[in-house]
Amino acid sequence: MVTLYEHARNPFLDVQNAWQEAKSTAIEQGITEIFMDEQVVKELEEIVGADNVSIAPADRITHSYDATQKQHLPEAVVYACTTEAVSRIMKLANREMIPVVPRGAGSGFSGGALPIRGGIVLVLTRMDRILEIDTDNLIAEVEPGVITGELQRQVEKLGLFYPPDPASKEFSTLGGNVAECAGGPRCVKYGVTKDYVLGLTVVMPTGEVIRTGGKTLKNVVGYDLTKLFVGSEGTLGIVTRIILKLLPKPAAKKTMLVQFLTIEGAAQAVAAIIGAKIIPTTLEFMDAATIGCIRGASPIPLDDTCRAVLIIEVDGEPATLDPQVERIMGVIQPFGILAVKIAATPEESEAIWQVRRSVSPSLRKVNPDKFNEDIVVPRSKVPDMIRALEKISAKYQVPIINFGHAGDGNIHVNVMVDLREHGMAEKVELVLDEVFMTTVSLSGSISGEHGIGTAKAKYLGMELDAATIASMQRIKTAFDPNNILNPGKIFPETSA
Amino acid sequence: MTDRSETTLPMAIVTNKNKSLRDYEKVIRECVKCGVCQAHCPAYQASKREGAVARSKVALAAALLAGEVGLEQRLTEDIGMCLMCGSCVAKCPNKVPTDEIVGAIRREITDNRGLSPLGKGVSTLLGSPALMKTLGKGGALVSPLMFKKVPETSGLRLRFPYAAMKDRTLPKIAFRNFFDRVKEFYEGSPEKPVIGFFAGCSITYLYPEIGEHMVDILRRLGYSVFIPKGQRCCGIPALSTGNGRLVAELAESNVAAFGKRQVSHIVTACASCNRGTKEYYAGMKGDFGDFAGKIVDFSVFLKNDGFLSRLAGMEKRPDRVRVTYHDPCHLKTQGIIKEPRELLRALPQVDFVEMADADACCGLGGTFSASHYEDSVRIGARKVPGLKESGAALVATACPGCIMQLQDIVNRAGLKMKAVHILELLAQVAG
Repeated sequence: MVTLYEHARNPFLDVQNAWQEAKSTAIEQGITEIFMDEQVVKELEEIVGADNVSIAPADRITHSYDATQKQHLPEAVVYACTTEAVSRIMKLANREMIPVVPRGAGSGFSGGALPIRGGIVLVLTRMDRILEIDTDNLIAEVEPGVITGELQRQVEKLGLFYPPDPASKEFSTLGGNVAECAGGPRCVKYGVTKDYVLGLTVVMPTGEVIRTGGKTLKNVVGYDLTKLFVGSEGTLGIVTRIILKLLPKPAAKKTMLVQFLTIEGAAQAVAAIIGAKIIPTTLEFMDAATIGCIRGASPIPLDDTCRAVLIIEVDGEPATLDPQVERIMGVIQPFGILAVKIAATPEESEAIWQVRRSVSPSLRKVNPDKFNEDIVVPRSKVPDMIRALEKISAKYQVPIINFGHAGDGNIHVNVMVDLREHGMAEKVELVLDEVFMTTVSLSGSISGEHGIGTAKAKYLGMELDAATIASMQRIKTAFDPNNILNPGKIFPETSA
Repeated sequence: MTDRSETTLPMAIVTNKNKSLRDYEKVIRECVKCGVCQAHCPAYQASKREGAVARSKVALAAALLAGEVGLEQRLTEDIGMCLMCGSCVAKCPNKVPTDEIVGAIRREITDNRGLSPLGKGVSTLLGSPALMKTLGKGGALVSPLMFKKVPETSGLRLRFPYAAMKDRTLPKIAFRNFFDRVKEFYEGSPEKPVIGFFAGCSITYLYPEIGEHMVDILRRLGYSVFIPKGQRCCGIPALSTGNGRLVAELAESNVAAFGKRQVSHIVTACASCNRGTKEYYAGMKGDFGDFAGKIVDFSVFLKNDGFLSRLAGMEKRPDRVRVTYHDPCHLKTQGIIKEPRELLRALPQVDFVEMADADACCGLGGTFSASHYEDSVRIGARKVPGLKESGAALVATACPGCIMQLQDIVNRAGLKMKAVHILELLAQVAG
């Protein structure tokens, strides 16, 4: 291994020989044995310009990870700005059989942006134009690199509303949201990304450019390929334009935080709210372990005996909010309420959401390593699932902290461990196995928002039968006969 | 097989009181690559390149420590794409100090390869005591005269090298610098403590009147004021160019200068000087904690002094001027957000309005504007819609560096707006 000191004696790579230098340096350092052919690099440079292609070790390192914290080095990093460039890159990759991994913000939790087979990381963050906000038809057309939160701000200036709100909305891209079918707290009332995608421009793995759907709400011409691409995790095509449905922006909202004596009480309250035909905008819960993490840090004091918290938000015309809150208060009254805080001002509402946001940063107080799963069960099964998680936690003696979107049954299960402990990695495997088995046995799903990628590929068979998986793989093969677009994702037998 | 733990980094210079990259090994592992920094990093937002964002720098730091990459060209460029504003640190769930890690890598680069052309002018005259000499006639900062007027060790030299200054709006070098305008010590009322004033280069050479306002206000409040002539640059620009030795030297000079009198606080009116002398000095190896603990921003000092209630007693004027506020990164990231606004709201001649993106970086970033002027302009351009929509006639801030950059931004955008220091507005009424 070349130490930094030795390397630093000759720090400047000769630009002319950058490729050769990078190759020999990296091989010397044992980084990887695979390398992009020089001719291919030249062709890539012809397509996007030399500034937008790199094989420098630093670039390969900075495009090797996502929020899973796993690292796999690509052989080349390419930034593309047009559909045509993406198309030419895919044709080239097909000819040369080079894996291509599309990348947005690299903030996914399932490994969708990891170049596990090397090849090209194709970055789309610079395709970040909002092409149109059509206030007559309530439609927006965007490029995939637009940040979700930025689109929301722009449409809200015009009185419109794009509801999906993943926790990463201030940095994740709409292209990534489409690829993973992102959700968020507001989904209980407004649905997830796929409910807002009307049409797509897609570069196929073989390089053809296709258009699905369009600008109309109704469209039954041919197969609904739009829905097929949404949530396909960058394995079926590269989305380069997105047509999104917008809604009128709700005039006002009201937020409340309710403390419960028991998790069962909170779960029954959720069931009672939905049963009373009230659909709040958000219906978030935190279990006792979560409350334990934030108790000192919470801007709203939490009672010592509080074992569960619900954060409920309703929206609509201002006059409708108080009656909605009153009805909710009426139906949840019987379920062991300790305290209720109804925000009277935007600042108080912000303080309530601050309670929810303080959760993630506080988790590391428990243990350094987090296994963050996003199971989903039918709403009525949430209490069963929480009880099962408490049992698993006790059985394996590992903290499991649960919070999330009670309104749609989506639970963020955080197994907090210290992987430096002997045998912990194996133990986590057993814990996760049991969590997913239980989820599926309750008619749930092993991922509600994050996707499968590499992180959950081995669990796919728990939820889908062999014939279903085989059908999906036949679609993959039909679209990507050479298996070059984001290979090794979703399906266990092809995963690395 | 080489044991990774044995991979050695080049030995830091023995006299160096700065932390080495190795000292950050543990916090480097705390980065979970969540990507939150993308929403807060001005360099990333201007380039949309992963190599610009905080987590990539942490990844590169880890790779350097593991010997997986050398100080190659692209790494040097990526490490250069950082304004060291600290915005990422403030919003990082695990509070990974990326700005400090970048500083440590830049020092490794300097130690191995020598200073960049930008930082070179400084190193040749290291140790030059020729500070604070009487200056000649006033002239534009871009003029060669600047090189006669501003000491070689001054951060201004690093921020505005002659060659990088084309097309830029810049203030003129003051005819007489701050230290020629004030005495070293002003006796106040005996029951009030002595307050030190750390001026910093921008106030000393470009905006001496801001320093004078500060001294006036402190004196009117009855304090004794100590302005040691031996004080020098805070060291932030040197930190930004990876010149660790100079940072240590400047820190020692400043501690020694203020050590000549017992002071209860050392007030600053420059956000960058404040963060540099407070947070950075405190983290250095050596005895800087006492000095760093006394550093306080003027807005915080005046609030704690009860200055706000004095202003509150004044009658609001009918012809108030509309003023908005820009958050300097080096105050914002320390949580100093409310105090400057409270001062502005309390001023009788000010009609305060918030603007969109008030906390977005202006793009100056220590020496960043000099080394990456186009990126710096792109970053600054983000301020324009908010400035425009605010309808304000003045954009007030609490950092001379930001004033310089904001005036460049509004001039480029063709806005009729003036960038001012809050102290200039305070001085109008505090009589």
